[in-house]
Amino acid sequence: MLKKQSLFQISKRDALPLPKALAIRGGILLLALIFCGLITTILTGQNPINVYGTILSGAFGTSRRIGVTARNVAVLLGLSLAVTPAFKMRFWNIGAEGQTLIGCLATTACMILLGNKLSTPLLILVSLAASLVAGAIWGFLPAFFKAKWNTNETLFTLMMNYIAMQLASYFIIIWEVPKGAGKIGVINQSSQAGWLPVVGNEYLLPILIVALMTGFMYIYLQYSKHGYEIAVVGESQRTASYAGIKVDRVIIRTMVLSGALCAMMGFIMTSGIDHTLTTTIVDGRGFTAVMVSWMSKFNPFIMIAASLLLVTMDRGASEVSSSLGLNHSFADILTGIILFFIIATEFFITYKVTLRKSSKKEA
Amino acid sequence: MFFDFISFFPRAVMQGIPLLFGSTGEILTEKSGNLNLGIPGIMYVGGISGVIGSFFYEQAVPAAEMNGFLAIMIPILSSLLGSLLMGLLYCFLTVTLRANQNVTGLAMTTFGVGVGNFFGGSLIKLTNSEVPSIALSNTSIFFKTSMPGAHSTGWFGELFLSYGFLAYVAVIFALGASYFLNRTRAGLHLRAVGESASTADAAGINVTKHKYLATCIGSMIAGLGGLYYVMDYANGVWSNNAFGDRGWLAIALVIFTIWRPNVSILASILFGGLYIINIYLPTPGGQMAIKELYKMLPYLITLVVLIVVSLRKKREDQPPASLGLSYFREER
Repeated sequence: MLKKQSLFQISKRDALPLPKALAIRGGILLLALIFCGLITTILTGQNPINVYGTILSGAFGTSRRIGVTARNVAVLLGLSLAVTPAFKMRFWNIGAEGQTLIGCLATTACMILLGNKLSTPLLILVSLAASLVAGAIWGFLPAFFKAKWNTNETLFTLMMNYIAMQLASYFIIIWEVPKGAGKIGVINQSSQAGWLPVVGNEYLLPILIVALMTGFMYIYLQYSKHGYEIAVVGESQRTASYAGIKVDRVIIRTMVLSGALCAMMGFIMTSGIDHTLTTTIVDGRGFTAVMVSWMSKFNPFIMIAASLLLVTMDRGASEVSSSLGLNHSFADILTGIILFFIIATEFFITYKVTLRKSSKKEA
Repeated sequence: MFFDFISFFPRAVMQGIPLLFGSTGEILTEKSGNLNLGIPGIMYVGGISGVIGSFFYEQAVPAAEMNGFLAIMIPILSSLLGSLLMGLLYCFLTVTLRANQNVTGLAMTTFGVGVGNFFGGSLIKLTNSEVPSIALSNTSIFFKTSMPGAHSTGWFGELFLSYGFLAYVAVIFALGASYFLNRTRAGLHLRAVGESASTADAAGINVTKHKYLATCIGSMIAGLGGLYYVMDYANGVWSNNAFGDRGWLAIALVIFTIWRPNVSILASILFGGLYIINIYLPTPGGQMAIKELYKMLPYLITLVVLIVVSLRKKREDQPPASLGLSYFREER
């Protein structure tokens, strides 16, 4: 009997040797960059080599640009690290956006309400604590309902994003300066109360904090008991509970940590970088962080490279678009294309695709 | 009467229709087990594709000679094509290449919103206009043509007949999707795929085909929501980011209606109403800030529904069991 067969045979690979896996990834990345160049050329009529030149100069052209790029990398990396523990546990938290924003909001509240009551070092501590608590709550709620009643966490955290956003816009109007402006502006501009101190130059401190965080997260995930429990729960909740791991507790603990770390990044944004609160301060980076974490296979060091790549493309594309008078959304298109390529690569790393030999032989 | 229902209701409906398109499309998609978080991006692409189509038509033909049929069909077809391509991309990545659905969806949203705003911006540049928006008012007139008798039948006409034809299409689609899912064999098969792909596969149902079809058709329906927003609600004016977070609200609506497109018709109007109710509700003491809290209501209510549904554990209220999971036959 002649049975219809598909042309390709797909089978799972054994673990691919690292050099080969890296070679595939690198090759695809190159392909993605070439494709992005082509798209840019088609849309703008520019020579692709010039486009890459503009991208690189936009990201690294001057020492100020290098500083901004490095700091943006730090922020994206920090957020990616923050979402990683939950992801490794297969807890699909897409609420980093809201958890970060609520951290910004808590920090803003402290800076505005306590700005002339506390000394700056104390104020910084209080704002940090407030933001950690706020983020922990934003992480606790979805985790609690997931652990107790298996409420869908993706949808839960998505809603929490908007609740945070509306809370932020509520308080922005309460605290708006001047009345009717609809925005807060720079907080405590003259007194600089509650601002993180400048270490070296204005870019260095966030970078240092995130560098520490990278090391901490690597050790936490790789060598601590918590990290082990997270990995087991992620592989199989049944195995975990059979091995005596309290799954509920691990889920809640990990999400509280994730939420608090996101909020800490929010604290750094408001207190150390932007010194303000807007509803778009996080600017979708909570979502981008999810993708960075996932495409780095939860490895903190690969995340550095992934964040660098995305931030470079983002800053570069905005340089391309401003030099050509296009709008900034061009960066989003390029980011999207690179992500699609990377997402597709995973398949060729996990599975082997072979052309099916003539079906007679197999019968 | 202090609350002007007759002026409130049509505006709530007009806010609700894009959400209804989005949620009908997403329900179809989710019933096949695909959690498509790219819907916000797809709705942007659907909107901008329609805008591009009608932009070139308006450029080619003087306003007086515009043919009503073409003026409507060109944007609709280009919108459908745009969102179909997005749906195919999502399916190729998640079904054929078995990629993670959450990550793919988020990337699609980044990409789709970028495409919308970029081409929106480029068209704005092409028209050399001073204002940062494209006005396709001639096309919009055709989309906004209301039912006969809308203005001669008093309140009845205002409440039920005053909308452009796409609004009625949305309702028909929602009813059709509901009928399809619950009353037809193909709908049963689709639900089986979403509940347990391996069981469906064993029963001889083509999992890949069902997932592709449901997701692509779902994307096309959702894309029409973007088109309705630009052409009807916004009077043919595209401005960047104007569509806002309605795509996410459509996903919220899916949960709120516990995966029922027919419930979605009323629920979308409710959500649309909640979206604009801040204009109608009193602001105590002139506190404008309180309006921002009113805007939180749709999300808060959705959250409550999500929690209550998971607490009650009624089987017919649960999300499709294999929602968000890719299916690979050899992997059990």
